[in-house]
Formats: sequence, structure tokens, C-alpha cells
Amino acid sequence: MGKKQIETLVGLFVLLGALAIVFLALKAANLASFSFDATYGLSARFDNVGGLKVRAPVKSAGVTVGRIRSITFDDKNFQGVVSMQIDRRYRFPADTSAKILTSGLLGDQYVGLEPGGDDKNLNAGDAIKMTQSAVVLENLIGQMIYRKAAEGVKKEDKAGQ
Amino acid sequence: MNPLEVLAALGGRVLRLLQSLGHASFFFTELVRHIPAALRRFELAVVQIHAIGNLSLVIIVTSGTAVGGVLALQSYYALSRYGAAESVGLLVALSLLRELGPVLTALLFAGRAGTSLTAEIGLMKAGEQLAAMEMMAIDPRSRVLAPRFVAGIVSMPLLGAIFSAVGVVGAYVIAVLLIGIDSAAFWSQMQDGVDVVKDIGDGMVKTVVFGVAATFVALYMGYESNATPEGVAQATTRTVVVSSVAGLILDFLLTSLMFHTS
Repeated sequence: MGKKQIETLVGLFVLLGALAIVFLALKAANLASFSFDATYGLSARFDNVGGLKVRAPVKSAGVTVGRIRSITFDDKNFQGVVSMQIDRRYRFPADTSAKILTSGLLGDQYVGLEPGGDDKNLNAGDAIKMTQSAVVLENLIGQMIYRKAAEGVKKEDKAGQ
Repeated sequence: MNPLEVLAALGGRVLRLLQSLGHASFFFTELVRHIPAALRRFELAVVQIHAIGNLSLVIIVTSGTAVGGVLALQSYYALSRYGAAESVGLLVALSLLRELGPVLTALLFAGRAGTSLTAEIGLMKAGEQLAAMEMMAIDPRSRVLAPRFVAGIVSMPLLGAIFSAVGVVGAYVIAVLLIGIDSAAFWSQMQDGVDVVKDIGDGMVKTVVFGVAATFVALYMGYESNATPEGVAQATTRTVVVSSVAGLILDFLLTSLMFHTS
């Protein structure tokens, strides 16, 4: 095989490899909608972040408007601090509230933003004041068992009278 | 056996292991030192990229498609029980990009390209071609070994990327065209969960590391083989065993370093 032919084939191979990377980046990872400066940061404090994970979506009205950037623990008020990157196209009123919700019964958790009625908007770096923690299944079950037990005691009291 | 003899055998074994490790690391630094020489005469490396990369394409493409398709089929059976069949694309893409793409490419690379490198260099040594080169004041490390080393490092990431890409296409064919999962859901789930830097970037880093390791093992085994037909055969076997095991161990280490969060 001639030298030129080998060089052409190698060029083709390198091109194929580069195309594979571009395909993966664009089609599998959606690089097109991936940008660094088209977001602004917001933070929110939760008493309990539950199973929320970094890179989980932030949704409003069911539409993904941003992602969780980091989750840290504040040891002054013992709360979880969740910082979010919100798409710059979307602005929210200053009295927006944040909730940790679950997609489906046992699905992944995400942050839901519920807009308020304030005229002023949240700016980059602002903190969301009103938050509602994640529903912890164990606590819920615990409450239910406690209530059932309490009902049982009441019935026994009535029977005794 | 005398307990002292057992102790001596153990000590001798450990010492020989350390000695060969030291020998290998010297060989590695020599190889790295000769990389500039190979880059200066890049046409030598191009010929080797053809031998290592181009000729491995067929096996990489066929196994990539097959692995992607089988993964899609298998994960569909499991995921459809939970009503999450659309996540097939995400599962296949993540497993290919993070683990299977780099690791399987490294294993195939060791079998397809590593063995031929070892056999070639082992026979060159057996035929005293390397010694003849040295007689002519040509350093075989910069003329023979370094271009192959560079070619291996260049080819491996490209092969890994091609493997993952055809794997995703194979999964698309099975999941969307054959099973009938919604095409838009397939892609959007995938795009939602795959990160360019964290998943694709780290996968590429893995393939580069595996490329360095597999090529180095192949060259070392060939260069250090006994100059007999038997020696070359043993060296070729050792190349496959050592580079496969090294690839799997490196993969474990890299995975625990890269993906420990989230």
C-alpha cells in the first residue's frame, strides 16, 4: 500500500473518531443547550433536603428552568443550603417559594418553584425565603402509626367507660 | 519443606516482582523520553496508527453495535417492569460512556493491537533486527518503540469514542426501531442525564489512560521477551493477560476517583 493511501486512511480514521465525539456531545449529551453564562444563581435553605442530589432539575409549573449546583450544610442554623443555577430567560418574583418534590411516588427528587405576586424579581445570588422541606417517608409512616395507636387508645377508653 | 526455605521462596518472589516493576518503570520513562523523537518523524507513527487504529475499526464497530443493542434489549426487559422503558437510552449511554466503552475497547485493543505489537517486536528481537539497528547507531527505542507508543495513545481514545457512538446507535436501532420506544423520549432522557464534562470527558480520560497502559504493556512484553519462538508466544500471552487485568484495575481506580459523588 502506498504511503499516500495509508495517510488518507489514517486521516479518515481520525475524522471518524472526531465525528464520534461530536455525535456523543451533541446527540447524547445535548451540548447545544449547554452554556456557562446563560444562568444565574439562587439559593434556598431547607430544614431537610431529603434525597435531593446535585444536578437534579429545578422546575416551575413542571418545566425545567434550572439545575441544582451544590448542596451544603450550614452548621449555624443546621439547615441544608441548596444553590441553584436558573436559566437567565426565566425571572421569578421576590416572594417565590421553593419546595422539594418527588417525581412519581418513589422517583427522583427535584426543587419546585412556585411564583408569588411580588412586583420585584429575584436577582442573581438572592435567597428564596419561603421553603418547604422534603417529605421523608419514614416520618410520614411514623406519624401514621402514631395516629393509629392514638385512635386505638381512644377506642379502648370509650370501651372502658 | 523447611520453613526457612518457604520464607526464602516468598522473599525471592517479592524481590523479583519489585525488580521487574522497577525494570518496567525504567522502560516507561525511556519510552516517554523518546516521544518527542517520534513526534518529529510523525510519518512513522502514522503508519502505526493505520496498523493499530484503522485495522481495529471492524472489531470495534461490530462489538460496539452489538453491546449497545444487547444492553438496550436487556435493560428494556428490566426497566419496562417499572414503567421506565424510556430510560433505556439514558442507561445505555451512561454505561457505555462511563464504563463499558473505555473498558471493552481496552480489552479488544489488548487482544487486537497489543498482541500484534508484542509479536512484531518480539520477532524483531529474535531476528536480531533490533541489535542490527543499534549496530547502525539507530536507537530502536526512538525508531521502533516510540512511534508505536504514540500511535497507541492516539488510536485508543478515538476507538473508544467510536465504540460508544456506535453503541448508542445500536441501542437506538433496538430500542426505537425494533421495540418501539418513542424516539424523542429516548434522546431527551439521554440528553437530560449525560453530562459533557463529567461523563464524556471522564470517559475520554479513561481511554487515554488505558491506551498508555495497554500499549506500554505490549511494547514492554515484546522488548523483554526471550528471543525464541516460545518466548515470543509467552510474551504475547502475557500481553493479553497483563493489559486486561491492568485495564480492569485502572478502571476501578479511575471510577472511584471520578464518579464518587452523585
